[in-house]
Amino acid sequence: MTRSNEPLLRVSDLTMMYGDRVGCRNVSFELRPGEVLGIVGESGSGKSTLLRSISAQQEPTKGIVEYHTRIDGIRDVYQMSEAQRRLLMRTDWAFVHQNARDGLRMNVSAGANIGERLMAVGDRHYGNIRNAAENWLGKVEIATERLDDLPSTFSGGMQQRLQIARNLVTSPRLVFMDEPTGGLDVSVQARLLDLLRGLVHDLNLAVIIVTHDLAVARLLSHRLMVMQRGEVIESGLTDQVLDDPQHAYTQLLVSSILQN
Amino acid sequence: MSEMLHAKNVAKGFTLHTQGSVTIPVFEGVEFRLNAGECIALTGESGSGKSTFMRMLYANYTCSSGSISVLHDGDWLDITTASPHAILDMRKRTMGYVSQFLRVIPRVPTLEIVAEPLIALGAPRETAMEKARDLLTRLRIPERLWQLSPLTFSGGEQQRVNIARGFIADYPIMLLDEPTASLDTQNRATVLALIEEAKARGAAIAGIFHDHETRDAVCTGSFDVTSFKVGAND
Amino acid sequence: MEQTVNNPAQASSAYNFAYLDEQTKRMIRRALLKAVAIPGYQVPFAGREMPMPYGWGTGGVQVTAAVIGPDDTLKVIDQGADDTTNAVSIRQFFAKTANVATTEKTAEASIIQTRHRIPEKELREDQILVYQVPIPEPLRFLEPRETETRKMHALEEYGLMHVKLYEDISRHGHIATTYAYPVMVDDRYVMDPSPTPKFDNPKMDMMAALQLFGAGREKRIYALPPYTKVKSLDFEDHPFEVQSWKDECGMCGATDSYLDEVILDDKGNRMFVCSDTDYCSERQDAGHRGPQHHDQPLGTSHSNGKAAE
Repeated sequence: MTRSNEPLLRVSDLTMMYGDRVGCRNVSFELRPGEVLGIVGESGSGKSTLLRSISAQQEPTKGIVEYHTRIDGIRDVYQMSEAQRRLLMRTDWAFVHQNARDGLRMNVSAGANIGERLMAVGDRHYGNIRNAAENWLGKVEIATERLDDLPSTFSGGMQQRLQIARNLVTSPRLVFMDEPTGGLDVSVQARLLDLLRGLVHDLNLAVIIVTHDLAVARLLSHRLMVMQRGEVIESGLTDQVLDDPQHAYTQLLVSSILQN
Repeated sequence: MSEMLHAKNVAKGFTLHTQGSVTIPVFEGVEFRLNAGECIALTGESGSGKSTFMRMLYANYTCSSGSISVLHDGDWLDITTASPHAILDMRKRTMGYVSQFLRVIPRVPTLEIVAEPLIALGAPRETAMEKARDLLTRLRIPERLWQLSPLTFSGGEQQRVNIARGFIADYPIMLLDEPTASLDTQNRATVLALIEEAKARGAAIAGIFHDHETRDAVCTGSFDVTSFKVGAND
Repeated sequence: MEQTVNNPAQASSAYNFAYLDEQTKRMIRRALLKAVAIPGYQVPFAGREMPMPYGWGTGGVQVTAAVIGPDDTLKVIDQGADDTTNAVSIRQFFAKTANVATTEKTAEASIIQTRHRIPEKELREDQILVYQVPIPEPLRFLEPRETETRKMHALEEYGLMHVKLYEDISRHGHIATTYAYPVMVDDRYVMDPSPTPKFDNPKMDMMAALQLFGAGREKRIYALPPYTKVKSLDFEDHPFEVQSWKDECGMCGATDSYLDEVILDDKGNRMFVCSDTDYCSERQDAGHRGPQHHDQPLGTSHSNGKAAE
């Protein structure tokens, strides 16, 4: 059990180079249970590259990603065997893709989508799996009558909420989100953000969320890292970074938001 | 009298990179102490930096130089160098802040908004809700509004929700930014009473009051920010 | 014209014994050894072009060709019957290229090549059962990427297999898969038993004979050594069940074999007959009779029953 003041994730000097081109460079931070870290920046800032590296999808050129596992203590994510890494990504971690289709199986029902992780860790009781899936549909505000429907019959916002349910069913402690509200209508975004905010709070999730939308960052994150051309140019408390930006680029970003 | 907060040699300037990197100095050399049971009014002309200073006490704004130490968990915490995690913890348990405007999150009911800081401290949900109801009643927010989001409330109603939220937990230190600005006489009196109760339990309070009556009624002292304005002592 | 020649010297000299060259047979045998060493694991092999198209049993034929010897006796069945076109063709193929003895009796065969059925008669330790397999990968329909399915097998990530069964139950109220029903082999690999009906799955568990599987188009070989544990996948609250029929075999009266439905006329009359022709005729030779057997008096009721699941 992690004590609440020990870091859940520690990233040290993470660098991802593509030949001579910098993906991201020298990124270091810690994340505690229940903390939400926002990574903001414009296209090409390196934020998605960073997210892929810290979520064990792409080994960095340099640097270490350490995670405080439930039973084995702190482990270097890239020193684990692939089996252990894949198990981690299916149970204790979750990844919410920008495009829901990348995070769902479009050819099986909503219930099967949500139940898959449970079946992957050995659940073998159909009734229980179905109940758990139904329960989660309710939590993400999808009508439970849709349990047996295919995701292709869902709207974009519903697909995104289904993706979230699919990810959260195994009670992960760390969730990575890549522009979770990108591509959705504004009103749909608002609803989704509110849902995320509630779930993060209720489940004490640690979250790393990549977004170009500062309003999303402000609503959801405790801390912020601002990236430009692969480097973290400013970081700190969300309200501090957004209300009293020090770096030129951060000031530019903040002043670019249209005020009411 | 026990000291709760100490700002030492604090200076603040804003460097606007988007406008040719011009630096706008606000104040320098600020020395400020806050003790338990006190209610200090931050005074000074408009533009002197009262709000800025208050935000710095909350770590919402950075300090250009100097230190601000807060008594948190029995230890002194320098919020100008503390980790974000430590500051968040300080805001949760030691320092409350009633801002001028309520930040409204759509779809969250008023009762939830008010009860939330107490629940975050670990209080049982029902206890927190009960206290939220009490405060909202005292501030004359009708019961039929409790399940609604404050999104559609008037400015005054939103401010009262904000105050309820700010006073629900017993913070050792409280920062109040224009707490009575949009309120009528009755509600101003209620806020006054709330501040007195906080003083009585030993809270250290700093506030910005444009309303002289309230200020004179509750404050035990005042602090003139203008005297630290850059160039003020030339 | 069929020849049942037993003299190797008079076999067609244009072909090597059993058609394949010796090096190819060695390659296949190496693959078979690997397959037997890792029960249920799909071993890739360099499948050759055979004188029949893909989908007609080229995988099974290559496996048989690799293990068959001049002293073997071969039986070939297709959906349980020895007399269908495919079974006859393959039997003739080996008669011509290997000049081996062939038979229709399960008990007399040393090698049995089969498509879509396991013989009803229990097999012995000295027998080999060769299955024809179209798609060897049980996860293929849910995960089209070969790179992913290989990882899933390597890392024992079989949650997806249960997703398929879950979908069945949610759509049909029960697991609707009735053939090619996935099994767990030796508590390690999930395997496709080939398109045999699920009725036959229990026969695979702890079978005394060696079971070899060949997929020609997909170029995979897998195997179950004798006495291997084979368990059909299911849910705790939806356990695996075999098909059952209300009727008996119209010819031999058997109630424990897989029955085929035969439409008799335009009035909807039908009868059920053992799919395993050898099993049925063996029972008839022993004196068993079903209601539609020509020995039975007319007027015995025709069955209008339906196959029950």
